[in-house]
Amino acid sequence: MAVQALDAARVPIDWQRLALPAVLVVVAYGLIPAYASSYLVEAILLPFLALSLAAVGLNLLTGYCGQLSLGSSAFMAVGAFAAYNFNLRVDGLPLAATMILAGISAAGIGVVFGLPSLRLRGFYLAVSTLAAQFFVQWALTKFGWFSNYNPSGVISAPHLIVAGFPLDGATGRYLLSVTTVIVLTALVWRLVNSATGRNFIAVRDNETAARVIGVPVLRTKLLAFAISSFIIGVAGVLWAFTYLRTVEPAGFNLDRSFQILFIIIIGGLASMRGAFLGAAFIVVFPLVLSRLGAFLFGGLFDSGVLDMSQRIVLGALIIIFLIAEPSGLSALFDRLKRRIGSRSS
Amino acid sequence: MIGASLGVAAYERAPEISGILAGARPVEDTRQARQSAKADAMLALSGIGISFGGVKALSDIDLEVKGGEIRAVIGPNGAGKSSLINIISGLYHADHGRIAIDGQSFSQVPASRLARLGVARTFQNLALFGGLSVRDNVASGRVYTRRASFVEHIANLPRARREDAGIAEKVDQTIAFLHLEAVADRLVASLPYGLQKRVELARALVAEPKILLLDEPMAGMTATEKAEMAGFVRAARDQHGVTIILIEHDIGVVMGLSDRVAVLDYGRKIADGTPAEVRTDPAVIRAYIGTADGEDI
Ligand SMILES: Nc1ncnc2c1ncn2[C@@H]1O[C@H](COP(=O)(O)OP(=O)(O)OP(=O)(O)O)[C@@H](O)[C@H]1O
Ligand SMILES: [Mg+2]
Repeated sequence: MAVQALDAARVPIDWQRLALPAVLVVVAYGLIPAYASSYLVEAILLPFLALSLAAVGLNLLTGYCGQLSLGSSAFMAVGAFAAYNFNLRVDGLPLAATMILAGISAAGIGVVFGLPSLRLRGFYLAVSTLAAQFFVQWALTKFGWFSNYNPSGVISAPHLIVAGFPLDGATGRYLLSVTTVIVLTALVWRLVNSATGRNFIAVRDNETAARVIGVPVLRTKLLAFAISSFIIGVAGVLWAFTYLRTVEPAGFNLDRSFQILFIIIIGGLASMRGAFLGAAFIVVFPLVLSRLGAFLFGGLFDSGVLDMSQRIVLGALIIIFLIAEPSGLSALFDRLKRRIGSRSS
Repeated sequence: MIGASLGVAAYERAPEISGILAGARPVEDTRQARQSAKADAMLALSGIGISFGGVKALSDIDLEVKGGEIRAVIGPNGAGKSSLINIISGLYHADHGRIAIDGQSFSQVPASRLARLGVARTFQNLALFGGLSVRDNVASGRVYTRRASFVEHIANLPRARREDAGIAEKVDQTIAFLHLEAVADRLVASLPYGLQKRVELARALVAEPKILLLDEPMAGMTATEKAEMAGFVRAARDQHGVTIILIEHDIGVVMGLSDRVAVLDYGRKIADGTPAEVRTDPAVIRAYIGTADGEDI
């Protein structure tokens, strides 16, 4: 007690570091719920939040621990279907518990498909995580139990109720989503800045040296798979329950896995901020492109052309980022900030 | 040279022969004496051999290192020096032979338990964690003492905090010992090569090992940096009593620093003794210069 008081007295409050979170809280809980249009919430913020969280999860595994995975979408699917089934089959289970159990289910599957990482690296590991992608999608379509024998396999998300408050409206779903993302991101932030997070980086940067100094390499890799899959699983719940409002295997395909990988490449590997910048880019970019296309080419720019041009531009961007700025938008952002800082001072 | 090596062999065998002549008991005695000599050794390799495909990287190597000794291992490129250290640290598995570390004998050293066995090492090619700061790289050298789980880390529970504080203190001491204060918070990848080598030494030393394996810690350094590094290596031994195996190509450094020198050539040990003995050994001269008429190394 005395020690804590002393600590509190010694550490000066760093207002600059508190400023950004404070602004974020005001925007997230004040301005957006009060002023954002339902289009902004439904079409931009909800997918942005779910994808950001998935990217935070994948970044932990790929960016920090160096294990390349193409199975993100499978872990999202596991989370979404687990949440649906826990909610359906356990009466009166609180939403928070449902989400945690969904995360744990995804973590379990993540560990199983992380086992090859004990032997495989890089490209070979990525290919083996593809197995997760195909296996999970196959199992969810093959066994009707997972979708409660719904003939179409597409099931609608349950009512969202937290502590008696219904959250089915756009604002309610937004608040659920943003709170989940903030809490989990804060926990991951603490993790990556702890000794465990530094073990992740050690395994990524030099596995042999890590082993020799006593980092439990195998346990560290499986832990990275578990925590990463937990977070991606919860992101899957958000994607299905708050954004799509339906739960279906088709939405969690390989394209989605690549999308999340692209988010962390564009945003910046091993950067928490990068996950959000990348997700924002991926969500906003197609909208901007379609507006721009329609403005420039009018009727010629139909959805087929949009889809194609989107893929071309995105592919080119990935290559440019990998070559010119491997640290992603996050590094660009830093440079911009420094330049503005030096100009104003 | 042949005369010299025969002389050594005869000298070593002499007690055994006399023992046989005198009956059973003295043989027992010599065996006990040998065992106690081995028990004195902090590190002892016996009959170590390893080959890669057709290449015999090491054949039948015996090496004994006393506690607190600086033991140099030298030899031309490809002689098998790094392979030897890799076997001691468990990264390579010897085809035959045994490794005794402070009395514990292994046919394969478990690399994942190496730090807990009291062995730390550096690598010939830098093996730092480029994405971590100097301080965090050094701190990683004490990861083997940590017990707290990731949950305790996230929640900042007492055990995690206690471990962090204890390690931070040791890290500060090591950073001060190796004069790394000025760069402590820099990303290690941004440092010049010579300093990175020093950080790697810091990461090994912070573990407070009984045995330190240094694979060319001064390679690629300027003369000043080398002298500085040699000073650190000697200080580590003098102040902390750590036993050191030192691989180094710079013969001047080796002669000045080491208590005993083993010389490898094509995977065989061709000489072993004090720097003065090894320096004038014709086999060593031949291995280095290719002819027997070189006066010095
Ligand atoms: N992992 C490996 N796979 C195949 N061959 C190896 C391996 N490690 C060592 N060798 C071979 O074993 C022999 C000894 O190599 P080692 O690296 O131990 O030599 P060294 O004495 O450290 O040489 P240097 O002074 O160049 O570092 C060489 O012929 C080398 O090619
Ligand atoms: Mg070598």
